[in-house]
Amino acid sequence: MNHIDLPLIWAAIIAFAVFAYVLMDGFDLGIGILFPVFAVGEERDQAMNSIAPVWDGNETWLVLGGGGLLAAFPLAYAIILPATYPLMIAMLLGLVFRGVAFEFRWRDPAHRVYWDAAFTLGSLTATIAQGITLGAVLQGIRVADNAYAGGWLDWLSPFSLLTGASLVLGYALLGASWLIWKTEGAAQAHARRMAFVLGIATLIAMAAVSAATPFLHYDYWQRWFSLPGVFLTAQIPLLVLITAAVFFWGLRRGSERLPFLMVLALFFLNFLGLGVSVYPYLVPRTVTIWDAAAPPQSQQFMLIGTAVIFPVIIGYTAWAYWVFRGKAGAHGYH
Amino acid sequence: MLDPLDPVVLARAQFAFTVSFHFIFPAFSIGLASYLTVLEALWLKTGKSLYLDLFKYWVKIFAVAFGMGVVSGIVMSYQFGTNWSVYSQRAGPIIGPLMAYEVLTAFFLEAGFLGVMLFGMTKVGKSLHFFATSMVALGTLISATWIISANSWMQTPVGFVVGATGQFEPAGSWWAIVFNPSFPYRLVHTVIAAYLTTALTVGGVGAWHLLSDSANPHARTMFSMAMWMAALVAPLQILAGDTQGLNTLEYQPLKVLAMEGDYEPSPDGAPLILFGLPSGADDSVHDRLEIPKVGSLILRHDLHAPLPGLKDFPRDKWPPVPVVFWSFRIMVGLGLTIFGLGLWSLVARACRRLYDWPWLHRAAVLMGPAGFCAVIAGWVTTEVGRQPYTVYGQLLTADSHSPLAAPAVATSLVVFVVVYFTVFGAGTGYLLKMMGRPPTPGEDELPHVPHHAAGITPAHGIKPTVAP
Repeated sequence: MNHIDLPLIWAAIIAFAVFAYVLMDGFDLGIGILFPVFAVGEERDQAMNSIAPVWDGNETWLVLGGGGLLAAFPLAYAIILPATYPLMIAMLLGLVFRGVAFEFRWRDPAHRVYWDAAFTLGSLTATIAQGITLGAVLQGIRVADNAYAGGWLDWLSPFSLLTGASLVLGYALLGASWLIWKTEGAAQAHARRMAFVLGIATLIAMAAVSAATPFLHYDYWQRWFSLPGVFLTAQIPLLVLITAAVFFWGLRRGSERLPFLMVLALFFLNFLGLGVSVYPYLVPRTVTIWDAAAPPQSQQFMLIGTAVIFPVIIGYTAWAYWVFRGKAGAHGYH
Repeated sequence: MLDPLDPVVLARAQFAFTVSFHFIFPAFSIGLASYLTVLEALWLKTGKSLYLDLFKYWVKIFAVAFGMGVVSGIVMSYQFGTNWSVYSQRAGPIIGPLMAYEVLTAFFLEAGFLGVMLFGMTKVGKSLHFFATSMVALGTLISATWIISANSWMQTPVGFVVGATGQFEPAGSWWAIVFNPSFPYRLVHTVIAAYLTTALTVGGVGAWHLLSDSANPHARTMFSMAMWMAALVAPLQILAGDTQGLNTLEYQPLKVLAMEGDYEPSPDGAPLILFGLPSGADDSVHDRLEIPKVGSLILRHDLHAPLPGLKDFPRDKWPPVPVVFWSFRIMVGLGLTIFGLGLWSLVARACRRLYDWPWLHRAAVLMGPAGFCAVIAGWVTTEVGRQPYTVYGQLLTADSHSPLAAPAVATSLVVFVVVYFTVFGAGTGYLLKMMGRPPTPGEDELPHVPHHAAGITPAHGIKPTVAP
């Protein structure tokens, strides 16, 4: 298999897993973030019902992202995790609270208000931590002798806080547009209003992050603005504008699915833009995909299984969504 | 010797704490998923609603326990990187693929079918629902297989070369790595342990309800099934443990010597120390109660076989002897007690008084958590016994950690302890509350789930004023 670029394939697989996680757990976490503004009772129950059967599978993509990074790019895993230590711990603990709240709020009506609060705070903490991690990796990590060489708060910067806040808006937008699809009546109308405001806020945040990124490093600047590449890279902001226009049009037209699909497209374009900035690095400007790669025997062994199992996973995940298709409702699926 | 503010000590404490807490839930859900599959199969085969009631009763408990297992498990997949990055970087090419296969073949399978198993009984047909339950059970077993393989490789590493950057690189066949020398023994021992743990919990719950109503048919069925498991599987577990011990003696003799408390070599048959106080001060076991030569009989199947002592090995390769010594005795003691409970139930069964002996039921209630204690004690034995290495004989724990900052590790450790006790304490409280309520005919699928023309909602909340 010498002619196959295994590290590149693995980078694509892990990028896919991370993207799948961001989309699928993104709307779960977004609903968690928006939970306090839902009316107690039916609206909250509808929101919770719409994600209860699928959140666990969605979160599994995060385990695959982490586990896959350890397996395929152990060096990157061993640098990024110590560099973002407090963020990782905060994210994990946030996910603990978020995850148990699904079960606990139904078991203990007397303390439901606390578990609902844990659901929101857990979702919010996990999201902010993920967003800051993104910014921290983009702005660069100090590496010496194949190990993290910075302090335990190096990740903290205005830029990383900006990406943290942006992801909160983005996930909330995903959650609101998911609810437009999965709910009806007053809950849906509420979700529509929220999606409008969050759509504007998310676009502003995207613009701010995009504007700040090229100033982090000259490499990013060159990647985006040097000729003739600019003709290619300029298509991304253009597509963002078109997607945003369709999103607002769909929202006004009362479409149920179009807003959610457009938000997915927005996330995809963001992800693509991130790829343009970062490629071919895993730890920007110090460790490339090929530097960090595990030995080919390891990557090849996993690739065989992944090639067989990935389609099966996607198949039964789709089936699980299909079983719970339609409006979530507070009184059962239709 | 151990400085409590040493970041490596803190990191070890953090891993030990999070992994011990985590394993409680899979130990339960591995067995419970299989039990649920059996119950649903019995219902489909016999048509008796009693089995369906029991299925619905335990599936609610499973949902909570599984949720706690998932969230505490995600923490583990990131603990390797945050606190043990050197280990991750060096052992990642071997450990990583094994864990990636666990995610691919087990976690997605469980997660994909869990929603249907919990909420889908009226949304898919009976046989498809049974298929979903079976897939969740299969997922738990596949998960155990991969993670035990990874753990066993750390205990008995084979099939690698050490590369230029110090990385363990797979050399030769992956089958040799997956089926490393201690893997089959550990897998059997661990899965049986999970089954026994669940059986004791189910038996304890059944016994609890028999104590207030010995005619309750649901409680009778639970109790009887669980006691069959204790009587038949506990002896198998003792055999499995014995063969694992022999395997450990071959590959990790120091661990076995620490378990036995054998500081001194025994050229003519080692004793079996039943109890005693191992002391690191003068490297001997005080106040010991021992049976001469039986240690060699167990480990070598020969009364006079010589066994080495810890003192034959350099001291810096010893595991912490008192911890291993005690945790091993706790595990074995509980195992024998479980077997004893099983035998008692056989006597009761032979006298046709299985449901009529309150003292048997009280003992079963008392033994309800025994499996969990035995499982944790067993893991402490094997993991502490692996010290001072992370990859046995190859990579020292002292060389495995991340560039750690003591304040970060200490703070996160404290937060983990507080959060875990709060969250999982509450969860365990809910589990006990659910177990404290007897199963009833026409058991609800999930509490607070109203039946509806359209089916059963996954998680509909009715007004909080309605009692559970």
